[in-house]
Amino acid sequence: MASISVEEEKFKLAAEMAADVILRVDNLKVWFPLRRSLTEVLKRMPPRYVRAVDGISFDIRRGETFCLVGESGCGKTTTGKAILRLVDIHSGRTFYRAKPETVEELAKTVPSAVHSDIVEVTAIPDKRLKPIRREMQMIYQDPFGSLNPRFKIKTILEEPLLIHKIGSTRDEREELIVKALESVRLVPPEDFMNRYPHQLSGGQRQRVAIARALILNPQLIVADEPVSMLDVSIRAEILDLMIELQKRQNLTYIFITHDLAVARYICDRIAVMYLGKIVELASGTELIEKPYHPYTKALIAAIPEPDPSNRLRMRVVPIKGEVPSAVNIPPGCRFHPRCVAFDEHKEALKDMCPVHEPPLVEVDKNHYAACWLYETFKKS
Amino acid sequence: MADELLRVENLKTYFYTLRGVVKAVDNVSFTLRKGEVMGLAGESGCGKSTTAYSLINLVPPPGRIVGGHVYLDGMDLAQMSEHELRRKVRWKRISMVFQGAMNALTPVYTVGYQIAEPMIYHAGMDKQKAMERVEELLSLVGLDPGIAKRYPHELSGGQKQRVVIAMALALNPDLVIADEPTTALDVVVQAQILNLLKELQRKLKMSIILITHDLSIIAELADKVAVMYAGKIVEWGPADVIFTEPKHPYTQALLRAIPRLRGPIDKLIWIPGTPPDLVAPPPGCRFYPRCTKVMDICRREEPPMIEIGKEHYVSCWLYAKR
Repeated sequence: MASISVEEEKFKLAAEMAADVILRVDNLKVWFPLRRSLTEVLKRMPPRYVRAVDGISFDIRRGETFCLVGESGCGKTTTGKAILRLVDIHSGRTFYRAKPETVEELAKTVPSAVHSDIVEVTAIPDKRLKPIRREMQMIYQDPFGSLNPRFKIKTILEEPLLIHKIGSTRDEREELIVKALESVRLVPPEDFMNRYPHQLSGGQRQRVAIARALILNPQLIVADEPVSMLDVSIRAEILDLMIELQKRQNLTYIFITHDLAVARYICDRIAVMYLGKIVELASGTELIEKPYHPYTKALIAAIPEPDPSNRLRMRVVPIKGEVPSAVNIPPGCRFHPRCVAFDEHKEALKDMCPVHEPPLVEVDKNHYAACWLYETFKKS
Repeated sequence: MADELLRVENLKTYFYTLRGVVKAVDNVSFTLRKGEVMGLAGESGCGKSTTAYSLINLVPPPGRIVGGHVYLDGMDLAQMSEHELRRKVRWKRISMVFQGAMNALTPVYTVGYQIAEPMIYHAGMDKQKAMERVEELLSLVGLDPGIAKRYPHELSGGQKQRVVIAMALALNPDLVIADEPTTALDVVVQAQILNLLKELQRKLKMSIILITHDLSIIAELADKVAVMYAGKIVEWGPADVIFTEPKHPYTQALLRAIPRLRGPIDKLIWIPGTPPDLVAPPPGCRFYPRCTKVMDICRREEPPMIEIGKEHYVSCWLYAKR
């Protein structure tokens, strides 16, 4: 009896997942240890960490585009990589609703991580991750760096098939490659298969990278700034291709970007990250039109727009100072040293912001923010 | 024009590579007034940086200015000797904030010394006086003068970019060329740097040529906009007109390709195809293979620059009087 209740407890989070939720991230932390100096070792000082991702939780629904937005160093890429288990996780759990064949395979190898159709990805040992990797793929930012310059496009696309043993003969694999190239509109595929990456333009390369991610027929794609290295004139093309593929194959995207305007265009929901935490989470239009968190407000105010009358006025960005290092994260709310709202309401908030970390609470319907401002004034 | 600072006429800069002659800048002409900010926009590889390098005759080999003039107060910089340019023009009259300059600061010298260097070597200031000026400059760009004693690795990206801007201002130039000054910076820092450039431009009444692929950044700063495509300026005019009533199909497409933060979420459009190979650009208009409004003449003849409004020029057959 006791063992059953332990089992139940273990998968409580998984069991509570709504039917349309494909991924649940619970209190995920990724800490990178710093190298310790001799003095630190001799004095037995505790190890220090770069707290890249410091306790984030969210659910992602099937077929949605979930955006992680923030400045460089806020942990958005690390979050994406941690979900794919490409970096070591300090603590936290992720649950993923896998395809039946994957569940079956994992039930044989790591039964303890499987609970009906939900897999606890963080409980799978590194060596048994392969079936999961087939379902979650990544698209990287730099199409110049992510494709091996010595491989032909055909070889680049064949590699995942070989690794995952899909398609037993060369012809079978080639058929899949042709289909993948067609799906990203690199037509005619025969023209592209025998070329090398340097013979393609930036946009074409990024499409090869997308084809490589999609060739294994995954459910979840982590796209890490897929358009920020591309020229404006072709950005829209890649974004629209991604939207089209999503509709056709019912893909779920985790879209990482620093550009809120791009996020608004492609995303259903946006999560704003600051120093390893989600500070605000809402639907794209809600977040941009009605931001609650002072950091989100500053980010939105900072974005330039193609309006020539802007040159006549100074841009007011309500934020102070610079991003602190992720080694020495300020106590309490990690944003309070830069927060303009905190300065304004110093008296009311002085016992809150510098001391207690604000939780992510619902401030409006399906709109979450981690800020004491709303907590405090709601009560009074 | 009486208040004209710089006049560029039919500038041609070609790169003599093994593959053939790359016509990176081909017949570019524009003028710049004193105290005016001009934005030079275009996709990567369209020749906007090469245009900037050509203005101060710094084109890296195998590139060479093969024709045209760059007049600064009547002096033709394109014909000037290297020695004269160095003595009379660079830093003193025209200075440049290079792309990624903030990562090119030497790690072994303090930033103060690096800012002082052009003053010592170009203006012959003694070290003491130069360091005093450095402190002045640092406070001008919104930094604590104490930063002069720091090394680049101790500064953040935004601070380094400010240092590089201070360096460009060292000898009070009339014109600062800023090549992608905010790329690689975060949005918040980018907004601060753009504010700084705005403020400096007003305070010092200098001219700026701002080079970027991002039209939104140009809108933040520029009075005039020149849009380049495949080595040529396709449209040139006042910012208010270019952003509200663009005439060239390329400018129109470029503006509609930018995702906006406010207003309705319109479907973005993109420009199919890729820019031409500049070794063998297409005959006629260089944009015709990607143009939606292509006509017969576009494939055969190069369009002339047509004055379509006050100081508004466009190079497109759609607007030619027949």
